[in-house]
Amino acid sequence: MKKLPILLGAALSLLSTSNFAAGRDYIEIVGSSTVYPFATVVAETFGKKTKFKTPKIESTGSGGGLKLFCSGNGIDTPDITNSSRRIKQSEVDLCEKNGVSNITEVQVGFDGIAIANSKKGPTFDLSLKDVFLALAKEVPGEKEGELIANPYKTWKDVNSSLPDIKIEVLGPPPTSGTRDAFAELALEGGCKKIDWIKAMKKTDKNKYKEVCHTVREDGAFIEAGENDNLIVQKLVSNKDALGVFGYSFLDQNSDKVKGAIVDGVEISFENIADGKYAVSRPLYFYVKGDHVGKVPGIAEFLAEFTSEDAWGDDGYLTEKGLIPLSEEKREEVGSAARELKVLSLDAS
Amino acid sequence: MSNSNSTEIIRAGLKKRYAREKRFRLFGIASLMISFAFLLVLLFTIVSKGWPAFQQTYVKLDIVLDETVLKVNNKSDEDALFSANYQKVVRESLNKMFPGVKGRKQKRDLKNIVSNSAAYTIRDDVLENPDLLGTKQTYWFLAKDDIDVFMKGKIDRDLPEDERRLKDYQFEWIDKLIEEDRLEKRFNTVLFTNGDSREPEQAGMKGAIMGSLFTMLVTLMLSFPIAVAAAAYLEEFAPQNNKWVDIIEININNLAAVPSIVFGLLGLAVYINYFGVPRSTPLIGGLVLTLMTLPTIIIASRAAIKSVPPSIKEAAIGLGASRIQTLFQHTLPLAMPGILTGTIIGMAQALGETAPLLMIGMIAFVAEVPTGVLDPSTVMPVQIYLWSDSPERAFTERTSAAIMVLLGFLVAMNLIAIMLRKKFERRW
Repeated sequence: MKKLPILLGAALSLLSTSNFAAGRDYIEIVGSSTVYPFATVVAETFGKKTKFKTPKIESTGSGGGLKLFCSGNGIDTPDITNSSRRIKQSEVDLCEKNGVSNITEVQVGFDGIAIANSKKGPTFDLSLKDVFLALAKEVPGEKEGELIANPYKTWKDVNSSLPDIKIEVLGPPPTSGTRDAFAELALEGGCKKIDWIKAMKKTDKNKYKEVCHTVREDGAFIEAGENDNLIVQKLVSNKDALGVFGYSFLDQNSDKVKGAIVDGVEISFENIADGKYAVSRPLYFYVKGDHVGKVPGIAEFLAEFTSEDAWGDDGYLTEKGLIPLSEEKREEVGSAARELKVLSLDAS
Repeated sequence: MSNSNSTEIIRAGLKKRYAREKRFRLFGIASLMISFAFLLVLLFTIVSKGWPAFQQTYVKLDIVLDETVLKVNNKSDEDALFSANYQKVVRESLNKMFPGVKGRKQKRDLKNIVSNSAAYTIRDDVLENPDLLGTKQTYWFLAKDDIDVFMKGKIDRDLPEDERRLKDYQFEWIDKLIEEDRLEKRFNTVLFTNGDSREPEQAGMKGAIMGSLFTMLVTLMLSFPIAVAAAAYLEEFAPQNNKWVDIIEININNLAAVPSIVFGLLGLAVYINYFGVPRSTPLIGGLVLTLMTLPTIIIASRAAIKSVPPSIKEAAIGLGASRIQTLFQHTLPLAMPGILTGTIIGMAQALGETAPLLMIGMIAFVAEVPTGVLDPSTVMPVQIYLWSDSPERAFTERTSAAIMVLLGFLVAMNLIAIMLRKKFERRW
């Protein structure tokens, strides 16, 4: 018990010495949970292949990652953030405000979003318009310009060629990047097919977005949490339900679930890579240029990520379900990354 | 007369009273049975799912460490030895065993019989002993997760080919390997000696176990002395019937009921943003969990100190001991079993906690095993969460295995608490 004051003193002195991170010898990565499975594989290989330490990767979501990334330029902020969407102008501004002006953008590949159901259920052949009509909160009524609360109960109500099954879709919650992408690509994609709503984009952009992105709340769309394995399990036990999740989970569970055909295109590695499958999105990561040289290994990590061994057509990332960029694009992005080209949002 | 009358009344109601008692007992037994059944189902699913993870399939390969293939000219050139392409010799060995494999996909599948850690195993061996170059060695490598899952009987051969992870030609390879006694299931030591990995067959819990250990150490070092000091002061020295003391007491009790995520937010705001403690380290984890366990230990310690009979304290003071001497030499030692029990239970609670760690960056992929409180790390429950969220099928069994390990630690801690209580408890 005599040690008590000493212990207390030690604890307090530990607290008061700030600036712990002065000499960080590992790369710190934050960001999207969609890019996480790919970034971690690269990090692990990098840690084994080189003599640098294995980077630490936090899964914070795209928005959360960019917020941390842009919170400052000091060594105690992350070096790299993963994102399942492109950085927004507002985020670039935030970065700028906090002194982070030297950012390099690296596009790593694509991720397909599967709309899948149990192998025991029927095969769905959906158009994006079907998806929108089945899942939107408000759908066009009989007259042009009229919106009514979604009245559809079964898939057959939506489109008479679809099976007579109750609409029940398990999907990610609004905090998820997958949900954002699903709303933007699938729902808005279908929404645009309706002419008068498409015209609204020019006149009333906010209303257009609200109509196209809002998911119905009457129980037909069930938020199943961020865990895609859980959705797969639920699909197996309920053969009438559909689920929305990333392609890598479909790939791993191809004996249990099957992807729906969307706009006439089957979900497959090739179709996503070719850009034929409509519901796919690019994945990115962003590097803080000012940290290169201060934190050991960033340049080498970029070289590993952009090597053919990793993100090439036969690389280890494709084994994990990443859909690679085209060869020319890889060359372009890869060399820009290695040169640490500074991001500018106008040129895409 | 009135006497026999009341006996009559009692006798008439007796049957009903007995029935009521019987019913109550039945309810009690039923509720016990229900909770016991739930526990059994839970344990059964976890153990039956997690059990296979304690075994891992290994593949035996003959590796020719050819200098020309490895492109190493000088055996003493360590950099060349380090960066040589060992994957290539593994691939050549497989090609020799299964000649005539064509097509990109099939070649890739052939390579994927063994885990990609094989190359690093060879590298480490060669670095240690460069004379191995030019010789032929027999290695037992980790098998890739798909092979492992099949060997555990979780892939049905009778399904149509496009509905399973392994194709017909892969079954042929596996059959040949089994025939030649080149596939073997062994105890999965990797699970306890490796850090986290994205390849299921290489993933282990050591990083998480060490992370938990360091976090608990920080928590214990901070919360135990602070809590005991607080409890001793409140019980022995604090002025009675003082408004401030009452407020503090009420707030300590309230603090015990605060949802743990709130402590995470507090940790983020105060420790990380203000004091600059690095994210994702056992230090910050321990600091946050200290806040969480403090009220539990304070409350338990106060109860323990209170239960020391006043006669002992009065006797000590009567013999001339000061209040401090009484506290340290008599009250605290006698209260220690109770204090320790409370501490262990508080620590067990902290060990299973994830919510507050979410805010301070401990939900992270950390491959290297932490060696101190300032290394990035995760803790066991976080490891379970991360594995359960991974797409690879082989992680499901590892998730359950990790739960079993965590449960093992919790049961052990609770057992220690019970034993301490049994051994040192005194009745006055």
